[in-house]
Amino acid sequence: MRIVFEKRQSVSRQAILLVPVLSFLVSLVLGAILLLMSGVNPLAAYAAMARGTFGSVYSLSETLVKAIPLMLTGLGVSIAFRMQFWNIGAEGQLVLGAVAAAWAALFLHGVIPDALLLPVAILAGMLAGACWAGVPAGLKAYLGVDETLTSLMLNYVAILLASHLYYGPWRDPQGYGFPGTAQFPAAAWLPRLWGRAHWGVAFAVIAAALLWFILNRTRWGFELKIIGENKTAAHYLGINIARNVLLALLLSGALSGLAGACEVTGISRRLQQGLSVGYGYTAIIVAWMAQLNPVAVLFVAVLMGALLVGGDQVQMMMGLPASMGLVLQGMILFPMLAGSLFTEYRLRLIRREPVAKTPTATPVPTSEVQS
Amino acid sequence: MNDQPKPILEMLGITKRFPGVLANDHVDLELYPGEVLALLGENGAGKSTLMNILVGLYRPDEGEIRMRGQRVEIHSPRDAAALGIGMVHQNFMLVKTMTVAENIILGLSDLPFVPDIREVSQRIRELSQRYHLQVDPDAYIWQLSVGEQQRVEILKLVYRGAEVLILDEPTAVLTPQEAQELEGVLRIMTAEGKSAIFITHKMEEVMAFSDWVRVLQQGRLTAVRKTAETSPQELARLMVGREVLFRLDRTECVLGEKILELHNISATDDRGLPALREVTFDIHGGEILGIAGVAGNGQSQLAEVVTGLRHSTQGRILIRGKDMIHASPLAMIRAGVSHIPADRIGMGAVGNMAVADNLAMKGYRGSPISERGVLRPRSILEFAQRMIDAFRIATPTPQTRIKFLSGGNIQKAILAREIDACDGLMVAVYPARGLDVGATEAVRKMLLSQREQGLAVLLISEDLEELLTIADRVAVLFSGRVMGIVPSTQTTVEMLGLMMAGVPLADLPVSTPTTANA
Amino acid sequence: MSVLALISSILAITLRAGTSLIYATVGEIYTERSGILNLGLEGMMLMGAVTAFATAFYTKSLWLALIVAVIVGGLLAALHAFLCVTMRANQVVSGLSITLFGSGLASFLGQRLGPASNNYFLVGMVGPKFTPIQIPVLSSLPVIGAFFNQDILTYLVYLLMPLAWFYLYKTRPGLSLRAVGENPQTADAMGIDVGRTRYLYTILGGMLTGLGGAHLSLAYTPGWTENLTGGRGWIVIALVIFAMWNPGRAVLGAVLFGGINAVQFRLQAAGTAIPAAFLNMLPYLTTIFVLVVMTWWEALSKRIGAPAALGKAYMREEK
Repeated sequence: MRIVFEKRQSVSRQAILLVPVLSFLVSLVLGAILLLMSGVNPLAAYAAMARGTFGSVYSLSETLVKAIPLMLTGLGVSIAFRMQFWNIGAEGQLVLGAVAAAWAALFLHGVIPDALLLPVAILAGMLAGACWAGVPAGLKAYLGVDETLTSLMLNYVAILLASHLYYGPWRDPQGYGFPGTAQFPAAAWLPRLWGRAHWGVAFAVIAAALLWFILNRTRWGFELKIIGENKTAAHYLGINIARNVLLALLLSGALSGLAGACEVTGISRRLQQGLSVGYGYTAIIVAWMAQLNPVAVLFVAVLMGALLVGGDQVQMMMGLPASMGLVLQGMILFPMLAGSLFTEYRLRLIRREPVAKTPTATPVPTSEVQS
Repeated sequence: MNDQPKPILEMLGITKRFPGVLANDHVDLELYPGEVLALLGENGAGKSTLMNILVGLYRPDEGEIRMRGQRVEIHSPRDAAALGIGMVHQNFMLVKTMTVAENIILGLSDLPFVPDIREVSQRIRELSQRYHLQVDPDAYIWQLSVGEQQRVEILKLVYRGAEVLILDEPTAVLTPQEAQELEGVLRIMTAEGKSAIFITHKMEEVMAFSDWVRVLQQGRLTAVRKTAETSPQELARLMVGREVLFRLDRTECVLGEKILELHNISATDDRGLPALREVTFDIHGGEILGIAGVAGNGQSQLAEVVTGLRHSTQGRILIRGKDMIHASPLAMIRAGVSHIPADRIGMGAVGNMAVADNLAMKGYRGSPISERGVLRPRSILEFAQRMIDAFRIATPTPQTRIKFLSGGNIQKAILAREIDACDGLMVAVYPARGLDVGATEAVRKMLLSQREQGLAVLLISEDLEELLTIADRVAVLFSGRVMGIVPSTQTTVEMLGLMMAGVPLADLPVSTPTTANA
Repeated sequence: MSVLALISSILAITLRAGTSLIYATVGEIYTERSGILNLGLEGMMLMGAVTAFATAFYTKSLWLALIVAVIVGGLLAALHAFLCVTMRANQVVSGLSITLFGSGLASFLGQRLGPASNNYFLVGMVGPKFTPIQIPVLSSLPVIGAFFNQDILTYLVYLLMPLAWFYLYKTRPGLSLRAVGENPQTADAMGIDVGRTRYLYTILGGMLTGLGGAHLSLAYTPGWTENLTGGRGWIVIALVIFAMWNPGRAVLGAVLFGGINAVQFRLQAAGTAIPAAFLNMLPYLTTIFVLVVMTWWEALSKRIGAPAALGKAYMREEK
């Protein structure tokens, strides 16, 4: 007897929805086991997490603070992944976006009108993120260089550049040696909604809507979909693959750059240490769980943000390590990765069949040959 | 002593199904020591599947294999090798970054933990002398020519003591000289009592190499012949001939303007070998030009050159008198060229997208499907519904992913899209391959109606009856060269078969042309 | 003479700092040679480090600690192999999940496995550690003496690299391994079990990575702190390319990364204007350069030995 995977004749709709939900539940169950082993009532811990993330206006704002960069980078990653472009450079694109926004906020202050400072800083961030994504994209599109490793390497370059700047030439002379720039002028502050939640959430919602529109309602999006699904067909249909991949990646990088710009103008209001906390990597998990659907990215990002904040909450309230949130984040994807196979394949057990005893004659009538 | 007429290998009633496809349907095979058996058939006839079963890459759903009279179970290539069966695959099974010697001992389990490469090399040198397979054991595979790589493959088999060698289209990649050398190698081996099966669709090789021929068609064994008692013409007919399914009314058409002209077009294949040699023809509006030929004689490269997917190395292409040399696929589309590719799922359609989207993949660039870069979903749906009705595409809804449709309906959808977008030339490559009777008839009718509307059609087909039924003229390609172009009313399957075997039209015995399809 | 002594001390420091990197690099080279890209190294290293330290702390047995780290690394890698080989999941995403999960769990354990007296924190605890063993005579030699004043895990590295090289290039299983990563279809046709090979070497890679993590918490910087690895797991991904998938060259990258630190220290002392950050970028930029050259110049890439099937799932009967 053996087990084989058989391609399903139709994609299971239920599986598409069910798998992420089940995955989340499975990770909660696994997390519960971990909590039980450390002598904590998992229900109490989860209740504390829920209260600490959605329970009050303040906690909701903290959840959003974590969710906004995840939304933007998650959107950026999902568009790259749709093109089968494994961009894991969102972290670097975010950091460089933050650097560029900081540069604009610090050095264009007084040079351009104050009213323009914030928009210019944000645009600078997007541009920097786009350029940073453009490097692996260009290398891939025109030279065929594997994008996974190049985009990963560029993360370090960006992070090192940023730390060089806030430790070195851009360090605040009045900062008592704290690794960070001076505070941005107020004109470059991204307005806050309440708590620390800022207008970045609006950018994310607009970006998601825009991406949805591009992918589903525009000629360009139509071409992107075709390229992502079948490059041979795209070539046959006269679509310029290299140019489109490059453009999509510029957009992807711009979104991550925007996330960085929002972080520095909306939260820290300066470029400082602790900018790179792995949003760009978590974004990949967000995009994957959302199955690259831009609208779903928003919700998944909130969930992931909640897990991060929830971790902090259980630490404060129950003395549990904050990394509980990370553990749950990490575990969510395992059942998801294992489960996505079942949307395309089904498992079949095959018993060794008795070999037919009539070798010749009586050919079975051929049914319609389907390919 | 090989005098006893006992087969070394028998395959009995082998059946293999893939989802939706019956690849082998109760196929029998016998092989005697010292004998070369040719397995002849079109692409997709099931030859490679049958051989992959023999070497344990696939498992048969039914049937049994006997080796020296003993029933055997072959679950893996390792089992096959232990029985003395080895295969030279069409895509060489070689690791390019390793040396010849390393490749030859790859996967051998009876070697010591640290194999002595010098000893292995020595043994390889002996074998290469014995079988005239010259190759340097220490060279890396990527440094070798294709012909040399094939020698490595054969050496790999003899090193492992193979008694039955399976060669999958061995000459497809060889120069004529190398092919001749291969023939010599086979003779030495058969003289030693080894036997060989080789897969091919070239008649002249069957005649040159083999003792017996077995012909496969659509997964079934349709003929067994002793090579000495058959002819290339008979084989051509056995391989491609089909019963006439139906007759189509073909009205006389008035020739329109000259739409496509090719002048001395040459092109190479993916490996850089010549695939088209100085091809010259033209097609007028209201005309179907059929391209006949055994697969692999340049047909796919011809279609690619005409649609802009491949650059020609010399010659001129004109569409409506406009020079289109090295035009991009998009430029060709804009010039009014439509293309029904041979690979429906891989190229012609995007499996994971909706039927409606697939239908819109040519029209999306402009009105009414899109306006100023924005798609209009309602127009897409309306257009799709119109196409689904007009071409009788059986689909649950226009939103169904196209990969869940049957092959015939996918093909109809591609045809619908290409016909609607066509504005001059339609290039149809094996448009009816693998389709059932009804879908085949529908496809052919659509091509005829294209012609009636004054468009030019370039129809590439392996099915001579199809060409004689619907084409106005038929050109025969043989090793990239046009053997001749004849009006379909003045030729016969036999004439085409001869040209497909490499006889130029000028050398054909003069005979009174009879009406086709008699 | 003082220049030689300087070089020698730089080398010695580099080796000590590089030991964990070399273990993980050799491990990842084996994993990637089988065609599996494992981006979960950072998580696996952290898990190796924290479990090794906890074991050593409670059992006082360094060897048991190493065994635990090896098993933990192997288990996480087995999860990756299960997802990528059996479930055919995307290797990049699976690896990232392992890193996220591993670093989260390591941090969690670091705050739960400690003694009650320390509020269950492992941070700040002192446990047994590997100390340098001076090899008589050799350690007193000039220049190369520093090589012989190392801990046992570093000495094992001296053995590991040539052994790993020999196994990969000279033995029968090594030959099969290279074939699986380069051309799984061929390996399959030649009777090599592709799935089994990939499981085996992914797990082996995880075990070595776990060992690398253990070296950090038991020898290099004894004890446990949050984010002990400091991104070493990511650096290893670059080191593998740097070593061009040859375990014999694993030391090159480690020396380069370590060496750049040392050189930069000297440059700063000399008051040069080149900021440290730019020197630190060099290895990453060089890695990109290597990747570009490799792609662009195919013949070279064949000699370099980047496994052609890296990151691609393999399935035989897909139709």
